[in-house]
Amino acid sequence: MLTIEGTTIDDTFAEAFPMTAARLIVTAETPDWAWTAGQMATGYAASVIGCDAEAGIERTIPPEETPDGRPGISLLMFAFSRDALQKAVVNRVGQCILTCATAACYNGLPIVKDKTIRVGGNLRYFGDGFQFSKKLEGRRFWRIPVMDGEFTCEDVFGTVKGVAGGNFLILGETQAQALAAAEAAVAAIRSLTGVILPFPGGFVRSGSKVGSRYKKLKASTNDVFCPTLKGLVKTELPPEANAAYEIVIDGVDLAAVEQAMRVGIRAACRPGVSRISAGNYGGKLGPFHLRLHQLLR
Amino acid sequence: MLQLRYYGTSNIPVEAEGITPDQLAGKSAAEIATVPVQHGNAQVPLGEFFHVTGSADDGDIRIDGDCSRVKWIGAGMTRGRIVIDGAAGMHLGSEMRGGEIHVYGPAGDWVGAEMRGGRIHVHGHAGHLVGGAYRGSPKGMRGGVILVDGQAGNEIGSGMRRGLIAIGGPSGDFVGISLIAGSIFLFGPTGLRTGAGMKRGTIAAFSERPKLLPTFRYDCTYQPVFMRIYLRQLRQWGFPPAQLESRQTFERWSGDLVALGKGEVLYCVGP
Repeated sequence: MLTIEGTTIDDTFAEAFPMTAARLIVTAETPDWAWTAGQMATGYAASVIGCDAEAGIERTIPPEETPDGRPGISLLMFAFSRDALQKAVVNRVGQCILTCATAACYNGLPIVKDKTIRVGGNLRYFGDGFQFSKKLEGRRFWRIPVMDGEFTCEDVFGTVKGVAGGNFLILGETQAQALAAAEAAVAAIRSLTGVILPFPGGFVRSGSKVGSRYKKLKASTNDVFCPTLKGLVKTELPPEANAAYEIVIDGVDLAAVEQAMRVGIRAACRPGVSRISAGNYGGKLGPFHLRLHQLLR
Repeated sequence: MLQLRYYGTSNIPVEAEGITPDQLAGKSAAEIATVPVQHGNAQVPLGEFFHVTGSADDGDIRIDGDCSRVKWIGAGMTRGRIVIDGAAGMHLGSEMRGGEIHVYGPAGDWVGAEMRGGRIHVHGHAGHLVGGAYRGSPKGMRGGVILVDGQAGNEIGSGMRRGLIAIGGPSGDFVGISLIAGSIFLFGPTGLRTGAGMKRGTIAAFSERPKLLPTFRYDCTYQPVFMRIYLRQLRQWGFPPAQLESRQTFERWSGDLVALGKGEVLYCVGP
């Protein structure tokens, strides 16, 4: 049995799967406006169960590291295919960054032939023939006239095959204790790069299982982790647990997700947290099985 | 590294189109000395004008001496690096497609004429028609970068289609004449009729207000974000005038309305 700070770590695994990822560098005149654009562009992007993409803010970027020397942030966006990702990124940049005062958007991943999505190249038509193209060192930038000057957006963005669905569950004795542990885990994971936590505040309270008794639903509440159903179902919660939160992690590669799980679990372990578990589908859904005990050794 | 030391004294130009890493790689110094060059109406071996040592197998060529009468150095090259410690003659890097040329001295006319890619950095003055189109040709420079730390002559970027030209010192008349697209940055004062007949593309002036034709229209005064990307890149290339340039406010003028009118002249007016 593995315990950390009095918290038992279940001998189970998180089941993750590949998704195509893009990294967007968003800059603006001030850090606040860059943050505003990033928050808007990553809204309604918690899970591909119901959203076009999973997205989140990866980190803030100081001016000296951004392409145009202005304050910036980086975003990661994930979808099941490159086509779906392009559609989601173009829509999100078009509705949330193009529209945001002073913001600009650049590619944040290496360009590999045939592994790219066209973002600025699709949004340029908004310029109605007045758009300007600039090509420098192999990178093309589109300048689209807007009412505060120009929106600058890179033509093509690189993609990688990322890993989505890394997760762990925090089973707390009270809601307050589970919440504090989850917040600590999120703070620890957010210090890392290469990963995002797509759910509100970085974790999800409505963990789901595949399927439902209602035919039209693809997913429904994960009843075995719901404290109010402990008396009705074959619960996975220990008797002393009365709340659970699930940290869901998407990363640009498996190593980034593994490191995030490692750091997050260690931060969450504390008195009042009975167990750390993980969500999986019996190994049938995703090719990546992240075993908690192996990660923490 | 291949070292070529020019010792010629003839006033008749030497046309040395063969001096590129592409053409000299794999040859011994003795073989390189026999490479023919055009001298007036006669073909003579390169060794009659240059002392040759080393080899160009690593793509690196260093040329020493006053080569102001040696034309076509680096013409059509696709890779490697040529460093000229001294003057370079006309047509330096003409139609080149890749690699780098550095000139620590002045260069003649037609630097990078109709070039497609790569980078030429003249750490001195350059002549007329930098990145220009040869007479009768529809397009000038089609890609790549030309940096001139000092002054340059007339018709810089004539008929240019793509790429970047930056001139650190004063420039002559008709900068960007018939510009099709691409970017020309001018850090010194300019001559007459800047941007005449330009269709698209950008001419940015950082020193004094360009003398524009009446067929340009003032649009606005603003801070174009793309300019910061370009200035940062110029600084990374070690282009001296960009090192201290932090101003971001430009007047934008559209033109030339006698042509397509989708070009822009940006004049830097403040922080």
